[in-house]
This record gives sequence, C-alpha cells and structure tokens, in this order.
Amino acid sequence: MAWLDTIVQGILLGGLYALFATGLSLTFGVMRLVNLAHGDFSILAAFIAVVAVQTLGLNPLLALALVVPVMAAVGYGLQRLVLNRLLGRGILPAVLVTFGLSIVIQNGLLEAFSADSRRLNPGGIETASLPLGGGLAVGWFPLLTFAVAVLLLVGLQILIGRSAVGRAFRATSDDGGTAALMGIDNDRLYALAMALSLAVVAIAGIFLGIRTTFTFSSGPDRLLFAFEAVIIGGLGSLWGTLVGGVILGVAQTTGARVSPGWGVLTGHLVFLAVLLLRPSGLFAKSRRVD
Amino acid sequence: MTLAVERTTRASRFGAGAAVLLVAGLVALPWTGDAGLMRVVIEFIALLVLAQMWNLLAGYAGLVSIGQQAYLGLGGYALIVLADDLGVNPFLAVPLAGLVAAGLALPTAALVFRFRDAYFAVGTWAVAEVYRLLIANTGALGRGTGRTLKAVFPLARETREQVTYAIAVVVGVAAIVAVYLYLRSRLGLGLMAVRDSESASESLGVDVFRTKLAVYLLAAFGTGTTGALIYLNLLRISPDAAFSINWTAYTIFIVVIGGIGTLEGPIVGTVVFFLLRELLADHGSWYMILLGALAVLAMMRYPQGLWGLVAERWDLRFFPVQRRVRLDEPPPA
Repeated sequence: MAWLDTIVQGILLGGLYALFATGLSLTFGVMRLVNLAHGDFSILAAFIAVVAVQTLGLNPLLALALVVPVMAAVGYGLQRLVLNRLLGRGILPAVLVTFGLSIVIQNGLLEAFSADSRRLNPGGIETASLPLGGGLAVGWFPLLTFAVAVLLLVGLQILIGRSAVGRAFRATSDDGGTAALMGIDNDRLYALAMALSLAVVAIAGIFLGIRTTFTFSSGPDRLLFAFEAVIIGGLGSLWGTLVGGVILGVAQTTGARVSPGWGVLTGHLVFLAVLLLRPSGLFAKSRRVD
Repeated sequence: MTLAVERTTRASRFGAGAAVLLVAGLVALPWTGDAGLMRVVIEFIALLVLAQMWNLLAGYAGLVSIGQQAYLGLGGYALIVLADDLGVNPFLAVPLAGLVAAGLALPTAALVFRFRDAYFAVGTWAVAEVYRLLIANTGALGRGTGRTLKAVFPLARETREQVTYAIAVVVGVAAIVAVYLYLRSRLGLGLMAVRDSESASESLGVDVFRTKLAVYLLAAFGTGTTGALIYLNLLRISPDAAFSINWTAYTIFIVVIGGIGTLEGPIVGTVVFFLLRELLADHGSWYMILLGALAVLAMMRYPQGLWGLVAERWDLRFFPVQRRVRLDEPPPA
C-alpha cells in the first residue's frame, strides 16, 4: 500500500511538472526558443505573490489573478523588446541572453528577499486530504494542481487547434517566412506565445510555493524538470508533456522512497534512459530532436 | 604582382614580446613573497583557462554547454581521490585529474551529443546535475559535506603555495598556447569551417562529428585540470560548490563581455570580471547582476564583445588565427 501511495503522489507531482513544462514546450514549438530563465520566472512569480500576500493580505490563490497578468505582460515585453531582436541570429544569442537573465533574476531575488526560504499559505487546503480507503489518502491541493494542469492542457489544445491565433501559431511554427507573406505578424505572435508561456509558469510557480518552500535559487531545478518532462513526452505533443511530467514525478517519488537523497537523481536518470532508448521521446509528433 | 598569405600581424609580433615579458613577471612573482597576490593570480588564471575552454566550445565549435561545471567538479574530486586514496603525488595528480575528466567526457558525449543547439545547453546542465547528485550520494566521497585534501598536510605551507602557483602559471600558459596552436593548425581550420557551416564543411571532407568530439574532450581536459588546480588551492571541496552553476555563469559572462570567438576576448573579459568584483566587493551579489546585465547588453548590441570593438577600430590581432591574403604590387620598372 505504501508503494501505491508513492506512485499516486508521483502522478500528482507530475501534474505540477506538466504546468512547468507546458510554457517551455509552447515557446519552443512556436519559435524554436528555449528560455533558460523559465524556472526563474516561475520563482519570480512566487515572490511577487509573497509580496501581494504581505501587502494586500490576499490569499495566494487569489493572488493568481494579479500575478498571472503581470507575468504575461513581462513575457510580452521581454519578447518584443529583447528576444525578437535575437531571432534569426542563430541559437547562441537567445541561449546566452536567457541564461544571463536567469542569473540576473536569481541574484536580484537574493538582494531583494535574502536567501531565506519562503512558502505561500493558502489557509488550510495545502494540508487537507481526501481519504481513498485502505489507508490511502491524496491531498486536495496536489489533486487541484493536477486538475488545473489537465484543464490548461485542454484549453491550450482548443486554443491551438480551433482558434485563429492557434492557426497562426501552427502556421508560424511550420514556416515563419510563408506565414509572414500571408499577413501574419510573427513578432506579435512570438510575444503572445511568450506571454502565454510566462502566464502558465506563473501559475506553476505559485502552486509550487504553496506545495513546498522555495528560495531565490529554486529556478534552475524547475527549468531542468520542465525540460526533462518535455523531452520524455516528446516534442510537439501537449499530452506527451503531461505523461512526461507524470513519469518524472513517479520516478522522483519512487527514488526518494528507496533513499531520501535519490529522488531528484532518479528523475534525471530516467530522463537519460529515455534519451538513450527513444531520443525523440515517447509521443513525438515529428522525428526532429533539435 | 604577387599574392602572399599572411599569418602574423604587427600586433602579434609585438604581442609575442609582451607575452614573454608578462610570463617572466609571473615567474618572478614568488620572489616578492606576496602570498595574497599569488592567490589572486592563481584565481585569475583558473577563470581565464575556464573561459578559454568554454570559448573553444561555444565560440569555435558552436557547442553551447551550460554544464562545464561537471568537469570542474570531476577534476576537483579526481584530485582528492588520486592524492588521498591512491597515493599519487598531489601535484602530479592535477593533470591526471584532467585526464579523468576527459575520460568521463567520452561516455557523457554519447548522451549529450544527441541534443542540438539550445537542447544541448540544457542537456549538458542536466548531466552536470547528475554528476553532482551521484557524488553527493557517495559515502566514500563525503556525501554532501565533501572532503578535504589531506595529502598536502605534511608539506610546508610555503612550499605548497609556491608549487601550486607554479602549476597555475604552467596551466595558464599551456592552455593559451595549446588553443592558439590548435586553432592555427589544419584541425583548427576545419573546426572554424564546421562552426560557419556544418554541411559545407562536411562536403569538403571535414569530419564534423569527430571535430566536435575532439573539442569537447579537450575542453573537458582543460576544465578538469583547472578544477584540480582550484581545489589544490582551496583544499576543501563539496558537491554544491564544485558543481555550482556559478562557475559556468562566470565563464560565460567573461567570454561574452570580452568577445566570443577570439583568443583575446576571454583575457579582456577576465580582467573586467576581476575589476567589477573588486569594485563591488562590499555590495553582495550586485556584481553578478551587473555582469549578467552587461552580458545581455553585449549579446544584443555588441555580439563581438569588448575585444571585438577594439580589434575592429584599430585592426589589432594579438593572436591571429586567420589567414589573410596580401597583395604585393611589383616595384615600378
């Protein structure tokens, strides 16, 4: 029963990882951009929520209504003012600029909030659990996280598959040059994709902050987990991202159960194993690995 | 009218003289007996070699690794295992630690070379985390608390400091000379061709995979040797410090600010790094924020870096790796 519990916890943890991975997968899909500051933006969102909770007395879950639009605006501005100017110059500038931003955000958070670890307190839901019988119980909050991840993926699926913006996303992803000839404003579209990406990762950051403690340097691990979920699931597959997150989550909780120091390491090793055996991931839509 | 291929410049002939003077100064430094200054020089050389190795990877081979801290940490731990557990002379263990790092880079390459471009960057970072966590979970290596290099305890402190300093100077000079000669060689020409166009160089008979692999192994050797040098100087190692992403952050900022894809750039960048760190020594981590911001600005507006601006303005090249065609007009009859 203890093992079943470990696996259920891992599946639910996978929902959180899918939230981190979705934005990363989206920007890569639309403009082949890997934002190395992705994890740090989620931690930035969590710290903004900390400030909102302290100054406005908001519940962290209500703070989402404030933080998500703020992060979307940050994403839009970042893409318009910085990243769009680097596209078409090869891969090096975008990788190095987002890495530079990652270090600037981390050290900025360190200066502003010290190295103390923080946590967001939504007032009870984070400890409440739902008994499933047989001594098994799942937390309401992990369940909520998983449900939000699934709903977001459904929403994105509809947005990309059915809406005019989604059609433009797919067209630009396939061939930006031809899409531009058809009257699509690629720069604006890229900015929308980054806004969407940071909005989703802001939700992920706040959910992380409710689930566990975080510090200024919690970002890089989030980036790595998101990246691993995307690669395990396979590029270009939204549902693959969820499965990738779940596999990573189960690997981590199972590893941690065997030995406390082995949780994150087991996740990394499963990722490397998938990379060796199926380089294009489990549910890749295309054969590309680059 | 005759054509001639130039491989030296006036600056490089002048620079060779200046370099000899600089090295002579470094060799003479221990006689001043200033141990503090010697430690600064060791640190300077360590960062300079790390920067040269990353520049070789990213600036010449197009391999943008964010995981070079893996080889720094492996080199540091290899030093301790070789010297304390296997009884190897600790000074001799420094280059051997570089070899250990290069040996581990071979299977690592089999994994990370499956990634391209930006995915290579994150993939190398993930692998560096795997090495950190493996060592942090190994009892014989001291787990999370790390270990202390004990093999040097019987030596007099002055002897240890002077030999460490001597090794640093040799490592620093050897790294720059090796990279310079490599880039000027036939292999270096192939490497730069691969950077500019993989398919075009492949069609001209350059083996792209082997060229990149060779650079990756060379960079792992240089980075591992430097890691051993750093911990021969510090004596105390822990997984979090040795495998810290900060090493790679310093390295990348140095190369990007100084000028990526040149040999002079990392030297200029290391000087800028030390100046900024000293100037902002009392202001916590603001120097990292400033360095990061400068690197972002450089990438956006001045991708050739500080040295690139200087070289373009005055046509200066101290380490010419390119071949330039000169047109000699015949003397009037």
